[in-house]
Amino acid sequence: MELAILAQQTLNGLILGATYGLIAIGYTMVYGIIGMINFAHGEIYMVSAYVTAIFLAVLHYFGLANVPLMLLAVLLATMFVTALYGWFLERIAYRPLRGSTRLAPLITAIGLSLILQNYVRLSQGARSQGIPSLLQGSFAITLGNDERLVQITYVQTLIIIVAFLSMAILTVIMHHTSLGRACRATEQDRIMASLLGIDTDRIIATVFVIGAAMAAIAGVLVTLNYGSFDFHIGFVTGIKAFTAAVLGGIGSLPGAMLGGLVLGLSESFFSGFVNADYKDVFAFSLLVLVLIFRPSGFLGHPQVVKV
Amino acid sequence: MKTFILQPLTTATLVLILTTPISGLVLNGYDFNLKWQPPLLLALTAFFLHLGLMILNRRTTQKKSASSQKTSHHPAWPRLATILLPLLGLILPFLLGKYWLTIAILALIYILLGLGLNIVVGLAGMLDLGFVAFYAVGAYGFALGQEYLGLSFWAAIPLGAVLAATFGVILGFPVLRMHGDYLAIVTLGFGEIIRLVLNNWITFTGGPNGVRVDFPTLFGLEFSRHAKQGGTPLHEFLGIDYSSNHRYLFLYLTLFLVVLATIFLITRLKRMPLGRAWEALREDETACRSLGINHVTVKLSAFALGAMTGGIGGVFFAVSQGFVNPTSFTFHESALILAIVVLGGLGSIPGVISAAIIVTVLPELLRDFSDYRILIFGLAMVGMMIWRPQGLVRTTRPVFQGL
Repeated sequence: MELAILAQQTLNGLILGATYGLIAIGYTMVYGIIGMINFAHGEIYMVSAYVTAIFLAVLHYFGLANVPLMLLAVLLATMFVTALYGWFLERIAYRPLRGSTRLAPLITAIGLSLILQNYVRLSQGARSQGIPSLLQGSFAITLGNDERLVQITYVQTLIIIVAFLSMAILTVIMHHTSLGRACRATEQDRIMASLLGIDTDRIIATVFVIGAAMAAIAGVLVTLNYGSFDFHIGFVTGIKAFTAAVLGGIGSLPGAMLGGLVLGLSESFFSGFVNADYKDVFAFSLLVLVLIFRPSGFLGHPQVVKV
Repeated sequence: MKTFILQPLTTATLVLILTTPISGLVLNGYDFNLKWQPPLLLALTAFFLHLGLMILNRRTTQKKSASSQKTSHHPAWPRLATILLPLLGLILPFLLGKYWLTIAILALIYILLGLGLNIVVGLAGMLDLGFVAFYAVGAYGFALGQEYLGLSFWAAIPLGAVLAATFGVILGFPVLRMHGDYLAIVTLGFGEIIRLVLNNWITFTGGPNGVRVDFPTLFGLEFSRHAKQGGTPLHEFLGIDYSSNHRYLFLYLTLFLVVLATIFLITRLKRMPLGRAWEALREDETACRSLGINHVTVKLSAFALGAMTGGIGGVFFAVSQGFVNPTSFTFHESALILAIVVLGGLGSIPGVISAAIIVTVLPELLRDFSDYRILIFGLAMVGMMIWRPQGLVRTTRPVFQGL
């Protein structure tokens, strides 16, 4: 039976890790390109959970009953609106601060996350919201002697497929399109890139858009899985996703995915085998320890300060 | 002229798209209520805001080209005010009722916290997002010390300060080699760890139920109507009528003296080599290190002093509430203290004081807006960073004028 618990915790960890990885992409890309922590990113994820539920309710109201079609429509619509949020925040709050002190954009980011949280709280109410489970049912994987090893719900399957598919698509975009090349060029040397005719402001905005869209995918998937959310979820999830980004090496795209999986798995094992009450303490301690002892993470490059 | 309509119109449309799902369609179970007013209102606000900014921008650029730049010297914190304001602060509590007295105490606590964080963020330029941890260490240090060891209030003030400073050093030492953003995240994580441990370690801290704190005595004189077990209540000793205000008056005056001492200390420190080193490190760390400033000890001293101030604030908070529990030490509290420092202008003492007063008193005056409090702080933080990064109150720094 131990094996079954282990397998189930691994699965839970994978699913948790996939969502952390999706959100971590936003942190890591923004950090890579303008060297700041977009503190409001967790709130972007929170907004996307609300938008998901709202679009589902709207589609339900208009009587759409075809679940796959509904999910696809909601995914696309949520990605669109959330990406717009990302773009808007960058445009009004971060772009005017380019070239100011390091502290300024960080403080702005905290201000933005307070604004988003309270805007949602004031508009949608403070109590937690929920959606009914749309995809019911599950697969059971059994061992040879017909003993049940692990149970995977359809939603969990969907999470794994969509998360890895979107990460794969993003990797292809970053490595094989001119947009991706421009992004990487801007990341390496912004001034040089702009001298070579890349509109770096637009590229930075695009990075915010991509990050927000990825967070939106996570928002849709997590909302479908858990069914309930409130205006607070962005904070803790945001820090954990940031931990994932740091763990994998901030600035590195595969690092974010790897870090997400490592964090998700270790958190899941910790809460399954050690103590569920302290799982957040565990995640934060991991963050502190990684930052102290290996700030460049698994796949990142150590930072060299040149004068 | 066309852009003057077109650009704001685009903004308004964008805001309309952004706000329609969140404030226009309010979830109600698996259903929603349509509210068309809030998104339209927000879009309209965005339209006029953008238009106003555009007009303002054009004006200022025209002005700038017309008039030559003029540098004026603002008198730094006039001498008269430094005498009059503390006097006013001393007289004030005798004029206030019980309700406003408690708010004045809260304002003083926030001034203290703001001053503490101001050392770390404003002077030394390290963004500490977990300042509330030291506040919690002070408050819980006193509450638990009283519960388990019978610690008195008077002993708790220095001990709370030392305890918080120790925590500051323990956290600071490994962390201070990191660069700014990482420091922010680590301190944030540290603050959350402290809160979560306080919340989950039920056998020691009482978990979410918190710990009760007894009100202190003044030289053995109690503030209650009837002293317990042979003690003398203060009002009998002084031969005056009992008033429940006395204990708040006492708290206010003690706290006031502590705040004055802190302000004095910080103004002195700012002019000392240590204070200069803080500000220099904030401006350029590499240059400072190459000039032989030990960045670790300098930063650590800022961290420890800030933590100390936070710890003292925590002790006073515990006393004034008569009770501590983990909900008082969330990230929101850290953000609020940071808002005070930012609104006041990083590094400015008069700024921090006025911002702390605004942040605590204004919500009481505008009760109807209390829901919007944090939202407004967030907006103010963003707005300040964009338009007035130097803060509400302008500071003049001591500069070397020999050349």
